Amino acid sequence: MDQFTINLLFVGASFALYIGIAIWARAGSTSEFYAAGRGVHPVTNGMATAADWMSAASFISMAGLIAFTGYDNSSFLMGWTGGYVLLALLLAPYLRKFGKYTVSEFIGDRFYSPTARVVAVICLIVASTTYVIGQMTGVGVAFGRFLEVSNTAGLLIGACVVFAYAVFGGMKGVTYTQVAQYCVLIMAYTIPAIFISLQLTGTPIPALGLFGEHTASGEPLLAKLDAIVAELGFAEYTAHHADTFNMVLFTLSLMIGTAGLPHVIMRFFTVPKVSDARWSAGWTLVFIALLYLTAPAVGAMARLNITEMMWPGGTSGDPVSVEMIEGDERYNWMATWEKTGLLGWEDKNGDGKIAYFNDQDADTVAKMEAAGWGAENELTKFNRDILVLANPEIANLPAWVIGLVAAGGLAAALSTAAGLLLAISSAVSHDLIKGSINPSISEKGELLSARVAMAVAIAVATYLGLNPPGFAAQTVALAFGLAAASIFPALMMGIFTKVNNKGAVAGMVSGLVVTLIYIFLHKGWFFIPDTNSFTDADPLLGTIKSTSFGAVGALINFAVAFTVSKMTQPIPQEIEDLVESVRVPRGAGAAVDGH
Amino acid sequence: MADQTNHGAEATQKSDAAYWAANVRIIVISLIVWALVSFGFGILLRPALSGISVGGTDLGFWFAQQGSILVFLALIFFYAIRMNKLDKEFGVEE
Repeated sequence: MDQFTINLLFVGASFALYIGIAIWARAGSTSEFYAAGRGVHPVTNGMATAADWMSAASFISMAGLIAFTGYDNSSFLMGWTGGYVLLALLLAPYLRKFGKYTVSEFIGDRFYSPTARVVAVICLIVASTTYVIGQMTGVGVAFGRFLEVSNTAGLLIGACVVFAYAVFGGMKGVTYTQVAQYCVLIMAYTIPAIFISLQLTGTPIPALGLFGEHTASGEPLLAKLDAIVAELGFAEYTAHHADTFNMVLFTLSLMIGTAGLPHVIMRFFTVPKVSDARWSAGWTLVFIALLYLTAPAVGAMARLNITEMMWPGGTSGDPVSVEMIEGDERYNWMATWEKTGLLGWEDKNGDGKIAYFNDQDADTVAKMEAAGWGAENELTKFNRDILVLANPEIANLPAWVIGLVAAGGLAAALSTAAGLLLAISSAVSHDLIKGSINPSISEKGELLSARVAMAVAIAVATYLGLNPPGFAAQTVALAFGLAAASIFPALMMGIFTKVNNKGAVAGMVSGLVVTLIYIFLHKGWFFIPDTNSFTDADPLLGTIKSTSFGAVGALINFAVAFTVSKMTQPIPQEIEDLVESVRVPRGAGAAVDGH
Repeated sequence: MADQTNHGAEATQKSDAAYWAANVRIIVISLIVWALVSFGFGILLRPALSGISVGGTDLGFWFAQQGSILVFLALIFFYAIRMNKLDKEFGVEE
């Protein structure tokens, strides 16, 4: 069987599974559509939330980000997991106790302000839409590479599958499909990592292999990697080069942003009890950690493998020859990925060899010239996003592993897309239509409008996936910035303080506006190129990059909210009672029966 | 069934306040640990820990890429267990 047939088999089988689950778990009521009837076991919910959260970015990009930067990108590892501590301790149990369906509903009720609810809905829709574009593009790329169809065809197939199970199944269908998708994606991520860890360190657990011994050299793996990249003039893998202040702020922004993303928060509405919400956050992080503990090992090992392939005789020997890349079976992956335009090499000095080194480093250039390999790096392009997808081929693993990785990448992108679409559709049907436009709508009418909203959201996301507005990558920073600067502080103050309506609205709006302005000043107004006044290399405030600004935005939100709240009327008695009731688990069951 | 016939409304309110204070105390302690392992050991205090070597690198690197995640996990489960006990102590469980 050739690779194409195997990929088709794996992807086809996984899709059949998702659709089968969707038919089995159809949603019949709004409670099932929005919160899966609140009957989801905490472990099941944890698995589904993990799939919901881990997107194409976690699956495809993160290991690559770490591989080519090393320690400095640890921010992603700590930031994207540390947010769950905030979520578990500060938000999830209380929001579950509140017992409604959407994040904006809590903000609207707690701050007795339709304005606050609308501001929250806008943040939610903007954050989720920008996030979903990246997922749809990811679906297109993964299909394009593995099923050898065009990007467009791949995206349309993906959209039809999401449509099938998200529109009919709602939260119930999505939850159970995500459980299956989690299983597919975690196997796809860890199996190749286990093989590679065995090859390099003899340890079957990649996270231990990372701090283990490199079998071939007898040195610790990381020491070996540090030495080999340093010889080629690159920054040492484990060393700290980034600006410390910005690194702290970036990590904090990712944490707060994670805890404020509505499609993640709303998952904790689906469990039966408050104590289940606490457990569920823990299980979510267990399932996320399985991938996040593997990712740094994948990154380091891939970096070592690639470097050694480019210098088969060691860094003091000869670089790989063009003949070898084109002829040797072990280098087939280079030819495959060159076709996608994401990998490139060029024999610039015509010596028949491809020398890979850092040509920005004067000492290394002098060394390479003296050895006769020329002054320029000849591995001209290596897109970081191909690292995870190409990894099994680089390590020469069996064809079925590659098929599995294809199915895993798609599972990661599809599960996140479905979760986001669900957050958007419930915001539209529950917060906008039922909450403000037509409060007397029947349950059947609301369910129908949720499905229509979902279908429209899929159409818009597909369109934007096909015609990505050039700034897709930057908008992820926007999604996190909005979540960190507006949603997280509002929720936290709603539970832990007695901030009033005016304070909350003023805080959300100022956090939002300042963060938006800061991002636009650095990335261009509305992301239009060349309209930026500053760059992230030379930011407006000290060393604070626009991607790290979410934490500052959150701080502004808190400060403004407290100040305005102090100067205006305190909250009325019934809101005081609401805050008291949210803080205590007793009676959460009764709240559910009320629906 | 939320009605607590054996408690007067005032007593419930007082015990709810004590429950909340205990909860906030657990949260503060947990968040101190949370910040210490990630921002502390993983980033700011890394130079101070550079003497302790772990698998070819130093303890700070381990905390940044592995240790902090493990501690986060422990914290969330610690909180869930501790709070479920607290719920029972104060009789506020569901």
